[in-house]
Amino acid sequence: MIKDITIGQYYRSDSILHRLDPRVKLAGTLIFVITLFFSKSSLTYAASLLFLALMIGLSTVPLSFIVRGLKAVGVILLFSVVINIFFIPGEAIVHFGVIRITKEGVVTAVYLGTRLVMLVLGTSLMTFTTTPNELTDGLEKSLGFLKLIKIPVHEIAMMMSIALRFIPILTEELDKIMKAQTARGVDFKNGSFLHRMKSMVPIVVPLFVAAVRRANDLALAMESRCYHGGEGRTKMKPLKYCRRDLLAYLFLALFLALMIYLGFFCPIGR
Amino acid sequence: MSILQIKDLIHQYITYGEKEEENQTVNAVNGVDMSVERGEFIAILGHNGSGKSSLAKHINGLLQPTSGSVYLKSMDTRDHEKLLKIRQSAGIVFQNPDNQIVGSVVEEDVAFGPENIGVPTKDIWSRVAGALEGVGMTAYRSASPNHLSGGQKQRVAIAGIMAMEPECIILDEPTAMLDPRGRQDVLSLAGELNREKEITIILITHDMEEVLLADRVFVMDQGKVVMSGKPKEVFAHVEELKGYGLEVPFAAELAYELKKEGIRLSDAVTTREELVEELCQLV
Repeated sequence: MIKDITIGQYYRSDSILHRLDPRVKLAGTLIFVITLFFSKSSLTYAASLLFLALMIGLSTVPLSFIVRGLKAVGVILLFSVVINIFFIPGEAIVHFGVIRITKEGVVTAVYLGTRLVMLVLGTSLMTFTTTPNELTDGLEKSLGFLKLIKIPVHEIAMMMSIALRFIPILTEELDKIMKAQTARGVDFKNGSFLHRMKSMVPIVVPLFVAAVRRANDLALAMESRCYHGGEGRTKMKPLKYCRRDLLAYLFLALFLALMIYLGFFCPIGR
Repeated sequence: MSILQIKDLIHQYITYGEKEEENQTVNAVNGVDMSVERGEFIAILGHNGSGKSSLAKHINGLLQPTSGSVYLKSMDTRDHEKLLKIRQSAGIVFQNPDNQIVGSVVEEDVAFGPENIGVPTKDIWSRVAGALEGVGMTAYRSASPNHLSGGQKQRVAIAGIMAMEPECIILDEPTAMLDPRGRQDVLSLAGELNREKEITIILITHDMEEVLLADRVFVMDQGKVVMSGKPKEVFAHVEELKGYGLEVPFAAELAYELKKEGIRLSDAVTTREELVEELCQLV
């Protein structure tokens, strides 16, 4: 049961988006998110929406699959929209006792809602089209400049990829421990919240002990295979830009320019 | 010339008690002398806590001697400049197959070692292909290690060492967590690498059946080498081996008991087949 958990949901396909260099996709996601945050006019929203729709179309990931990602943030989404509708002061359109819905409130709520939805869809599209390994490789390469200010970029990327490698192993271990403790009479399902939290202790403790032991073993194995940090290390599959990546960068630059124009200089749509 | 020379090696560690005066120093390895020739197949036998695993970790410098010295290919493991070269020449395959695989794809894991020693990308591909071919795992090169059996994982781990083109492979209880089939796979692979690629194999184990493959056996107890010689010579001393907490293979033990009862068998009986042969000749 617990084995079915997947992290960084990857949707296997062979679209142009899947084949792009992860660094391009990282840059694209970043530009999309930042412009979305600075978005104030309806035109910029429309442009973002168009961009997102185009990307979803190119990714060949089925829409139903992508929308499923919204479920996780549904509550937060609903909460922030509702708060905005009711608590922003301005011209009232509905007045009922203490409840006041203002025109400004509705407008802000709609904007906020679309912004959050696009944010979630845009970023999850990235994880749908990029394997976790590509993602860490891309992060390591594009954040390489941080080494200048003594941030151990390679080590962080290595930790991320090892964590990803051990997730299925540790979930399996968790499953085993839970079964062993259930066999000893620990009840995880019934009782008050506090009681259930307490019953997690005999699971978490052995899991941590096992994880530390594994980490020790792995460190020895890595060291014995000559691992000594990122220095002087070569790659079996180095990231290399090809033509489609450059074209994608060009497209991103155009998108950014359009957003800046629409957001700051275009007279209509404010 | 010998590939490995160990001289009077002592490894000491401290076990911490509740109070400071309860701290104890333990000699895990207590004065070991050993010399291994190039291309030999060596087995180090001992029960849990006999110091055999600590000894293995000294061979490629994962542990540093408290006193004494270890030379691999005439390089001192205390010399930090040479550690990478030493580890490239002598790789260790550990007991737990899951805890030594770094990559999330088989071929990327095999490439981990060569990447660390800075092999150019093009050569990494050919080394990985060669190593996977050598252990018979080519068909699984783009699989996830999580979907492999224990024996297959150990073969991938061996491929990961082979890709560094070592001269010596240390197998630290590689079969302890495997099923009988996986165990047979790993052991026959070790024998094959020894015969065909002339790689020095040092097999650490507590299972005497596995020792039969070796050219020479060292038996360890309490950090010391207590017996050494050819497997057949060592196996003749059934009582002594039992005293060190080792389980003697059934055929060898039966032969020993029969001899005690006055049945004339040669000293060299260690396997079931040999025992059957000898007994048939008596009838």
